[in-house]
Amino acid sequence: MSVKELIWLFKGVMGENAYQQYLDHHAATHSNEPPMTERQFWRDKTDRQDANPEGRCC
Amino acid sequence: MSENNPGREQAGARRVERDEDTDVLQHDPNLPPTAVHVDTEDRGWTPLKVAIWVGIALLGGVSWTMLAIVRGETVNAMWFVFAAVCTYLIAYRFYSKFIERKLLQPNDRRATPAEYKADGKDYAATDRRVLYGHHFAAIAGAGPLVGPVLAAQMGYLPGTIWIIIGVILAGAVQDYLVMFFSMRRGGRSLGQMAREELGVIGGTAALIATLTIMIIIVAILALVVVNALGESPWGVFSVSMTIPIALFMGVYLRYIRPGKVTEVSLIGFALLMLAIIAGGWIAETDWGVAIFTLDRVTIAWGIIIYGFIAAVLPVWLLLAPRDYLSTFMKIGTIVMLAVAIVIVRPEIDVPAFSEFASRADGPVVPGTLFPFLFVTIACGALSGFHALISSGTTPKMIEKERQTRFIGYGGMLMESFVAIMALVAALSIDRGIYFAMNSSAAATGGTIEGAVAFVNGLGLTGVNLTPEALSTLATNVGEESIVSRTGGAPTLAVGIAQIMQGLFGGAGMMAFWYHFAIMFEALFILTAVDAGTRVARFMLQDSIGNFVPKFKDTSWRVGAWVCTAIMVAGWGAILIMGVTDPLGGINTLFPLFGIANQLLAAIALAVCMAICAKKGAFKYLWIPALPLAFASVVTITASFLKIFSPVPAVGYWANHFAFRNALAAGEESFGNAPTVAAMEAVVRNTFIQGTLSIVFVVLSIIVIATAIIATVKAYRTGGGPSAEDPAVPSRTYAPAGLIATPAEKELEAQWAALPHDRKPARAGH
Repeated sequence: MSVKELIWLFKGVMGENAYQQYLDHHAATHSNEPPMTERQFWRDKTDRQDANPEGRCC
Repeated sequence: MSENNPGREQAGARRVERDEDTDVLQHDPNLPPTAVHVDTEDRGWTPLKVAIWVGIALLGGVSWTMLAIVRGETVNAMWFVFAAVCTYLIAYRFYSKFIERKLLQPNDRRATPAEYKADGKDYAATDRRVLYGHHFAAIAGAGPLVGPVLAAQMGYLPGTIWIIIGVILAGAVQDYLVMFFSMRRGGRSLGQMAREELGVIGGTAALIATLTIMIIIVAILALVVVNALGESPWGVFSVSMTIPIALFMGVYLRYIRPGKVTEVSLIGFALLMLAIIAGGWIAETDWGVAIFTLDRVTIAWGIIIYGFIAAVLPVWLLLAPRDYLSTFMKIGTIVMLAVAIVIVRPEIDVPAFSEFASRADGPVVPGTLFPFLFVTIACGALSGFHALISSGTTPKMIEKERQTRFIGYGGMLMESFVAIMALVAALSIDRGIYFAMNSSAAATGGTIEGAVAFVNGLGLTGVNLTPEALSTLATNVGEESIVSRTGGAPTLAVGIAQIMQGLFGGAGMMAFWYHFAIMFEALFILTAVDAGTRVARFMLQDSIGNFVPKFKDTSWRVGAWVCTAIMVAGWGAILIMGVTDPLGGINTLFPLFGIANQLLAAIALAVCMAICAKKGAFKYLWIPALPLAFASVVTITASFLKIFSPVPAVGYWANHFAFRNALAAGEESFGNAPTVAAMEAVVRNTFIQGTLSIVFVVLSIIVIATAIIATVKAYRTGGGPSAEDPAVPSRTYAPAGLIATPAEKELEAQWAALPHDRKPARAGH
């Protein structure tokens, strides 16, 4: 495993890849409307977490 | 044209033959196959592969022999690591594969919810290795770090066997099954599945049980933090600094640099280290000691107020950044600890079975090995709480069905390994010190002299505790005293500090490592407290919403505040009760934590069994039924002992009536309670604990009974209706396990070679 892959894995586990993931999804599905900006996306993400809490285990 | 066309069949990529959905899953002829034939990858039993597995089996066998049969003066920690890892590998390769083939039969030609419901947000196909990390970070917390420490009083072998055998036959099976069934149902939660499979009565009992269990689990986790921070100015300072650090990170991520998660986590981590070091400076000043030395009741109230505020604040401000920090610390620390144990290889002189393995009067947690070992170590071997994580969040992100084995079963194996490391760290401490730290203040009087007299009076072979040993260790870890620091966290911190100082810094760094360990345990627990309160609040709002519809609206402020307050009051009351308990707190409450967690596991396994029965998989019903039977017997026996045992140390009601009678007889002190007020507190506490025991066991028996009824019904009719989402053909491919097999690589290459415009949407990297 190269260092680059390790960094990619670490960022993925931390959740940093979420915006890129969203962009990829957006490009593939409804590319006729503009995607959210990075700032909008992260706001939207945490605001959705407000309404859909995820458990953390003991 | 469908995949049934033999012309499309290739070596290593043939269609899955025994598939009930073959006619539904029409494959797009322009795409490469979406599944590798299950059998091709296993047919290649080369001599090298055979030799490797024989080697793993031999090393595992030798390690178990060293642990279980050879009785030397000491045993090296490496044997624990080898025994665990070899057993995990064999169980993963053979048992989880058996479950996959015979019981679950995942089908990679079917799209997962992440594919057919893809929204780029909640439903987002995520690389299996990344998702493994996500899932592990969500399931692993303070639980596997605490239980094994407390169970170490019975010797090293009972805990080791239960952690390793328990995980492969029960814990990992539960996680895997729940994850798979939730994935087949669009990521539905355990509660929804229970209602669907068990009907209204079983479903409602499961919901109430889950809610009460969450309350007790949050309360006892909080109690662990309170006990670790009580009378410790250093700990109080550095842990409270996590709040401003998290707030700063939250603002940074929202307004300054959105999305730079790793960057902000690194900054947060640096600030955290600074907070730990600064804690040491402050604990040496008079004003620092004056401000930050707090008694346990004050800290408990602090956590209650914090818990309420954290649960009503927006997620971005406190919870999300704290979660990033917690994940960062979790991964870093666990890797660090594993490396340190392998390098330092501590010698362990705890006996395989201690004097307390066969007695009910252990000072750390009371009760005999059966059933109390199996409830003291819950997380790490079998944890019902995982069923809440394995249903819901993770299943919505799985890319291919067959990856559930790696993420569900494999993820739990990793948590079990964390538990083994915690056990090793606790075992590496001198036994006299271990008992001085973990016996309640009611027994030791909270003083060095009292602890020495108490521990030496236990009559343990090879234990000769001196006052100097306790005071030197306290000075080394930067604490006023380490006597009666119950709850497991301080003991683990001492163990980690001893191991780490062997690697970095020597004795001079012990205080830093000790507070580092306390810090990360507190961080996990406070994250669990925030998140647990929030989840419980939503569950409560949903339940009340059935009667008062307005409560269903989760954005309604009043409803949110009222429900949060109810939940916080619930766990807060138990926390205060534990902190002020004249009998010690942890030793009376921890069994309730384990019982609650295992009962939740029994509920989850019961739901899985009913689902398997409705699938008509009666031949392999024993896969969930075996751990279900064990968990039921253990927890129901433990509950009955807690309710009916005539031994006051074990039975809540026996204690309750003993103290009540003493009060009625006009006595002014009784047992470990020196005053009338303390006696009244014991009467009150044992009443609540006894009532909770009854509630848990009754609810669980209802759920298990409804599951058995559903199973028998399905058996009579040869199966039952399936609540799965309809099958949708997949249009993507990814390997199943950590390392792709040659057949998988070949298929991956075919997908990679597709021209860009024909490539289906896939979460990329």
